[in-house]
Amino acid sequence: MAPYGTRLFSAGATLKMAAPAYGAREGTVAAAPARCTDSVRARVTKMEAGGMRLPLPFWAGSPAPGELYSLTCPSAAGPGLESQAGGGGPLTRTQNPMVTGTSVLGVKFDGGVVIAADMLGSYGSLARFRNISRIMKVNDNTVLGASGDYADFQYLKQVIDQMIIDEELLGDGHSYSPKAIHSWLTRAMYSRRSKMNPLWNTVVIGGFYNGESFLGYVDMLGVAYEDPTLATGYGAYLAQPLMREVLEKKPILTKDEARDLIERCMKILYYRDARSFNRYELAIVTEKGVEVEGPLSVETNWDIAHLIRGFE
Amino acid sequence: MTSPSPPRNAALAKVGGPQGFLPPKARKTGTTIAGLIYKVSGQGQGWAGGAGAGGVCQGELWGWGRWGTGGLVTQGLCPRWGCGAGSPSQGEVWCQEQVWGWLWGADLPHISPQEGVILGADTRATDDMVVADKNCEKIHFIAPNIYCCGAGVAADAEVTTQLLSSNMELHSLSTGRLPRVATACRFLKQMLFRYQGHIGASLILGGVDSTGPHLYSVHPHGSTSKLPFTSMGSGAPAAIAVLEDRFKPDMELAEAQELLADAITAGVLSDLGSGSNVDLCVITRGGAQTLRPFRTPIPHGQRQGRYRYRAGTTAVLSEAVAPLRLQLLDETVTGMDVD
Repeated sequence: MAPYGTRLFSAGATLKMAAPAYGAREGTVAAAPARCTDSVRARVTKMEAGGMRLPLPFWAGSPAPGELYSLTCPSAAGPGLESQAGGGGPLTRTQNPMVTGTSVLGVKFDGGVVIAADMLGSYGSLARFRNISRIMKVNDNTVLGASGDYADFQYLKQVIDQMIIDEELLGDGHSYSPKAIHSWLTRAMYSRRSKMNPLWNTVVIGGFYNGESFLGYVDMLGVAYEDPTLATGYGAYLAQPLMREVLEKKPILTKDEARDLIERCMKILYYRDARSFNRYELAIVTEKGVEVEGPLSVETNWDIAHLIRGFE
Repeated sequence: MTSPSPPRNAALAKVGGPQGFLPPKARKTGTTIAGLIYKVSGQGQGWAGGAGAGGVCQGELWGWGRWGTGGLVTQGLCPRWGCGAGSPSQGEVWCQEQVWGWLWGADLPHISPQEGVILGADTRATDDMVVADKNCEKIHFIAPNIYCCGAGVAADAEVTTQLLSSNMELHSLSTGRLPRVATACRFLKQMLFRYQGHIGASLILGGVDSTGPHLYSVHPHGSTSKLPFTSMGSGAPAAIAVLEDRFKPDMELAEAQELLADAITAGVLSDLGSGSNVDLCVITRGGAQTLRPFRTPIPHGQRQGRYRYRAGTTAVLSEAVAPLRLQLLDETVTGMDVD
C-alpha cells in the first residue's frame, strides 16, 4: 500500500538527503523531511490508516512505480494533440514511413571509421528526392547516418544540433563522444518506441575519440550494438556478408582498404537494391576530423547483357 | 520423424516439447544455391547461344548415322556421354567442328572443353527453426549433362526434378539426341505455371548441351531467366553479392569454382536458413562431376568422448592453509535401539 519510496527511506538513514530534494521538486510530499526512521514509520502507518491514496508520481510525465504508461492521455510534451484513435487507444504518430532512405554502410579502419549512404529519398517506389543527404556531422569526432523515414531523421538532426549547440555554450572544453551520442540515442529511440511512437529510423553512428574508432547501430526499436562493420536495410543482406568476409581475412583495415570495400558494396547495392541510387555520400572520421565527400557515383558495368542470349 | 502414439498419461503428453506433439511440417530447404557459367577466352569463338545457322545441330544428326557414315569419320570427342563410349552407331565418333566447317562453311558454335557450368548449393534442410537434415543433397541429376539445384519446399524441389529427369530421358530417347537445357527449362516453366506457384520449387538449372553451356533460374510461379550467374534461396542476397563483386565472363575453372564456393559460403555464414557444407557440380562438354562436399566452412569440433580432466589441468596459483578451529560445545550419547 505504501509507496515504494518510503520503504527505502525507512531502510537507511543515509537516504536522508534524497528526501528533502525529492520533496522540493514534487511539492506534494509531507513538509517534514524524514529525519529519523520513527517519523517515517509514523507516516507510513498514517497513510495505511488513511486508506487508499493515489501513489505519488516520482517524476513528471511518467507513471508511478508499478503502473504502466497511460497511453490514452496525451503526453505532457504534446499538448493539444488529440488521440488519433478517437479516445481509448494510444496516441500514436509515425506508424508508416513516408519518404524513406535505404541502406547505410559503416566500416571501421585503423585510425577512424567510414560511413556511406546514398542520396535518394524514395516515396514508396518513386525516386522522389534525388539529392538529399542522409549523413549528418554531429561534431568534430562523430558522424551519423540514418535510413528509414526522412522526416524523423530531420527531426533527430534538429534535436542533436541543438544538443551540440547547448553543449558548446557550456564552454567547458568537452564535447560529446560518439559513444555518448550512441548511448543517448539508444535511450531516446527506446523511449519513443515504448510510447508506441517511434522514430522510424535505423541509425549508424561512427566516430573517432581518444584514439579509438567507434561504430554503433541503433534502430527504431531501440536495438543497439557496436560492430566493426554495419549495414542497415538491404545492406544487411547484400553488403554485410561481403564486409564480414573481408574483415575475417584481415581484421584491421587501412583507410584505403575500408574505402574500397565501401565502394564495392555501394556498387552491389546499386545493382541489386531496387530502392537505391547511383549517387552517394561518404563520411570519413579520423583524428583530424570529419570529412564528408559527395556526391560520388559508382562505375557500373553492364557488359553481361551481351552474355544473355538464347532460348528460354 | 515418426508420428507419435497417443500419450498414456498427462506426463507423457509433454514429451513432445512445450507445444506438445506437433506433426512435422513440410520441410523447407532454406537455402543458398547458385550457379555460374565459366569460360576461358581464347579457346574458340565462344558460344552464340543459339544452334547456329541451320537452327538444328547437324552434328547430332550426323552422329546418329542418319546421313550415313560416308568418309567423314574423324577424331574428336563425342559430346554425348563425353568420351566416345556409349556413342551411337557402333562407337563412331566425329568431330563437330570439322564436320560443320566442311559441310556448311559457317560459324557454328564451338564448345571448347574449357567452358561449362558450375552449380553450387549448401546442405541444410530446415523445418521452421530446426535443422531437419544437416547434409542433404540439393544438386539433382536431370541428365548426364544437366543438373538442377533446388530451393524452396524440399518435397516440391525433389519431386519436380525427378519428374523432369524422367521426362528428359524419355524425350532424349525419342529424339535420339542429347537433351538440351532449354528443353528442361521449358518443361519446368510449363509445369510450374500450370500449378500457379503452389509448387514451391525455386530451381537453378544448368548444363552443357550441343549448343553450349546454359544456366537458367526458375521461380515457383513459372518465370525463368537465362543468366550468366544467379543465386536463389534464402541466402541468395549474400551469394549474389559475392558473385556480383567478382564475376568475370572470362575465368579459369579453378577460379570459377572458388568464386562459387565463396558465394555459397557467404550464404552459409550470413543466412540462418543455410548451413553445413558447400556442394559443387561442374558440368563441361566432357561430362559432369559432383563434388560433395567441396568445402566445409565451419569444421565440426571433434568429440573426445573422455571428459575427465587430468590432475594439473587447472593451474594452482597460490595455496593458503588455515586451521579450522572448532570448539566442543556439547556432547550427547544416545543408545541405539536394537530391540
